[in-house]
Amino acid sequence: MLTRAYRFSLNSSRVPAGEPLLEIRDVSLRFGGIRALTDISFTVTQGHVHAVIGPNGAGKSSLLNCTSGLYKPQEGHILLHTRDKEGDGGHSHDLVKSPPHRIARLGVARSFQNIELFSHLTVLENLMLGRHIHMNHRLLPAMLWFGPARKQEVRHREYVEEVIDLLQLQAYRHHHVGSLAYGIQKRVELGRALCVEPSLLLLDEPMAGMNAEEKEDMARYILDVNELRGVTVMLIEHDMGVVMDISDRVSVLDFGKLIGDGTPDEVRGNQAVVEAYLGADA
Amino acid sequence: MSRRPSTERSAGKTFPKLLAERAAETPKGVALQEKLYGIWQPITWEEYAARVRDFAHGLASLGIKRGDIIAVLGDNRPEWLIAELAAQSIGAAVVGIYPTSLDEEIVHIVTVADARVVVAEDQEQVDKLQKVKPQLPHLETVAYYDPHGLETYDEPWLVEFTGIEERGRAWAQDHEGWFEVEVEKGQPDDIAVVCTTSGTTSKPKLGQLTHRNLLSMADNLTSVDPLDSKDRFVSFLPLAWIGEQMIAVACGLSHGMTLSFPEDAATQRSDMREIGPHVMFSPPRIWESMLSEVQVRIDEAGWLKRRIFGIGYDIGDRTAERRVRGERIGIGSRVLAKVADWVALRPVRDQLGLARIQRCYTGGAPLGPDVFRFFHAIGVNLKQIYGQTEICGIAVLHHDDDVRFHSVGVPIPETDLKISDSGEILLRSPSVFVGYVGNETATAEAIDDDGWLHTGDAGYLDDGQLVVIDRAKDVLTSKDGTRFSSAFIENKLKFSPYVEEAVVFGTDEITAMITIDAMTVGSWAENEHLTYTTYTDLAAKTEVYDLVIDEVHRANADLPDAIKVKRFLLLFKQLDPDDDEITRTRKVRRNVIAERYAELISALERGEESVSITNTVTYQDGTSVERTINLKIRDLEGYVPPKHKKQRPVWSGRR
Repeated sequence: MLTRAYRFSLNSSRVPAGEPLLEIRDVSLRFGGIRALTDISFTVTQGHVHAVIGPNGAGKSSLLNCTSGLYKPQEGHILLHTRDKEGDGGHSHDLVKSPPHRIARLGVARSFQNIELFSHLTVLENLMLGRHIHMNHRLLPAMLWFGPARKQEVRHREYVEEVIDLLQLQAYRHHHVGSLAYGIQKRVELGRALCVEPSLLLLDEPMAGMNAEEKEDMARYILDVNELRGVTVMLIEHDMGVVMDISDRVSVLDFGKLIGDGTPDEVRGNQAVVEAYLGADA
Repeated sequence: MSRRPSTERSAGKTFPKLLAERAAETPKGVALQEKLYGIWQPITWEEYAARVRDFAHGLASLGIKRGDIIAVLGDNRPEWLIAELAAQSIGAAVVGIYPTSLDEEIVHIVTVADARVVVAEDQEQVDKLQKVKPQLPHLETVAYYDPHGLETYDEPWLVEFTGIEERGRAWAQDHEGWFEVEVEKGQPDDIAVVCTTSGTTSKPKLGQLTHRNLLSMADNLTSVDPLDSKDRFVSFLPLAWIGEQMIAVACGLSHGMTLSFPEDAATQRSDMREIGPHVMFSPPRIWESMLSEVQVRIDEAGWLKRRIFGIGYDIGDRTAERRVRGERIGIGSRVLAKVADWVALRPVRDQLGLARIQRCYTGGAPLGPDVFRFFHAIGVNLKQIYGQTEICGIAVLHHDDDVRFHSVGVPIPETDLKISDSGEILLRSPSVFVGYVGNETATAEAIDDDGWLHTGDAGYLDDGQLVVIDRAKDVLTSKDGTRFSSAFIENKLKFSPYVEEAVVFGTDEITAMITIDAMTVGSWAENEHLTYTTYTDLAAKTEVYDLVIDEVHRANADLPDAIKVKRFLLLFKQLDPDDDEITRTRKVRRNVIAERYAELISALERGEESVSITNTVTYQDGTSVERTINLKIRDLEGYVPPKHKKQRPVWSGRR
């Protein structure tokens, strides 16, 4: 009998909650003479919502791009810990040395600040694309769509449908992404990242440009993904209210340097952070 | 109380017995279907019966006994009906609570029904129950069927629906044959369903309906309008409403219809289009919103489409006029009508999900004659049902070849109708309920010693057809002595696509408070290049007043002089059930409105040019702010619509 409970786990990381999942060690990134990031080190813990904040140009997106493999920092390491099964010793992968497609295979999924969806495809097709990384049928069965290829696609569609249910995208399933409201498109982006079956979810300003109600919805979805489905989230966000409400840990960047790292309360009390945000005299 | 023997089809039956029959006759037939994983997932009669059995055993293990009442709080899902049938199988009854209900209403219903088990849908409903749990000491168990988000809840009284089914299976091992005996013990005069009355004036009363009540109603209804086991029905209106119980449960079980449940509130329309139901019963607001959807979409279409639809509509309208009067239609007209149907009307029906529809009903409140006419013109056989919760929702019905838009039709078989000396409509049939839960006085007021149900509605007979004026206490007399109802005038106003709700006041001089329809007026404003921010802003625009005054003028044209609308204003907000201004079934609560907007009403009465009101707005984050709003009042005295304006057709919001 088909029950309403979800059958798939969205979280592909087997690292136990509370242990380090991603370690950023002394990362420095330069574009010519410009130092975008200088000696950044912090740790993202499994099961957390980890926010990266900072004024414009502080290097937040650069850091995210380093993690997903878009940029290669000149110095430092970004270590992603994985486990084959519960209880084993586990491996560490240096993301700085890995090409982006390998990083994606390790389960690092991301959304973009500006929506990067295929606007002429439907919501369903965009989400199925998120599953593409897990499809491994051969060319001929795929072209003729029989046997294993077909079975696999059905299986992946089931996964996608659970994401649709979680993010309440049912009404938009067959709509072209380009015709949807901005807030819904952002939700589809989150959905596509979830379809990758992430071990770490990177969200670049998931609530930018939204009104209060849309922000509230998005915050709810991020918390659902994190609290109920156990996915570790690293996000960049400007809205301090949202960040302080939903994050377990906050890292603050300013001019490419890490000036604060701690729980939301610790960060709020940090003099350097207050100065960076409000000016030195405040 | 005198009762005539019921028709043979359901004599001696109960819902659980009918379910057993269906499961034996067509075990593999589809009883229910619901969209999960993007696909319609069928539940066969056999599976349905098995799940009912498990849940019934589970309820028994929780100590639910014959004569108890369990409550269900949630949207329409297979589990709703499984819980209902399970309760009935062991001689208990079910009371539905509207899923949009708030704390006070939930406490009232659960307390009056003394429900020890509540079946709730999801986290949202469980949260509501958790909040009011301290006020409900007798509530022992809450079963939820959508577990998402509830994983971390550890209240001991909270159980998953499937958990109760599992419990039931374990319990059944020591109780072989118990279920069959219980179902067999069930009598037609047992209480099957407890339905809440809509309660425009007070807290809802809980009317008890027996299996016999509901099944005789189903038999009598289907003897006029037959149903088939191949017929489909989309169940999207609250099952707490008698209308949904009547078609989905009573007619569904006695005729073996397939019920489909929409995936989500947002997908109702598209799901309905996918299913293409054969029969539908909705309150007027659904038909009104379908009409305004057609109006908006046709106005967005190109001129060619508009033109073709216009011609097709006129042909359809003419044909419908003859058809509903039962007149013969000539061969030429029939061919023409067929062409118009294929080219212009069928596509519109298809868009509305009404492509397969054979009959549909409106009930619960009066529907404007013009809306009626629109649906008949596009080839939808829409008929009025008149009845109350207390008579299983239906007593009087239009017949296929005799649909008069101002009447509600003739009584269904086995139903007696008379008009009392005071002009009240009295009804008597085997479907008259047995009484309200714990309210003897109200029961005695509703049913007299001869078994007549006092409806509280005023009406008269016109050529054998019943015409309902309004609630007897709401019938007014104008200064020239004509009896009229404010609802009649309100419906005239509401026929305008731009008017969402209208409330009229006064007897000597009729004034109206109108709320605009955000969707149609919004799209009109867009078309006129009129910028606006919020609903309040839009409703205060002079242009919008100019638009609405025309509509009021048009409504006035059909009204007798004594009851023409003299003045109106546009309210700065929509009427909201959360503010108690309107019931969950969207009936206006006049007493609340009269109290809350007393300043506005008296200003309307005095004929002032504008009025200001202070209003407290509570934002979603809990902060509230007081603001003063100035509302204009428009007078229709001497209003002449601008010459250049063409009369707009019924199906369009544009001129």
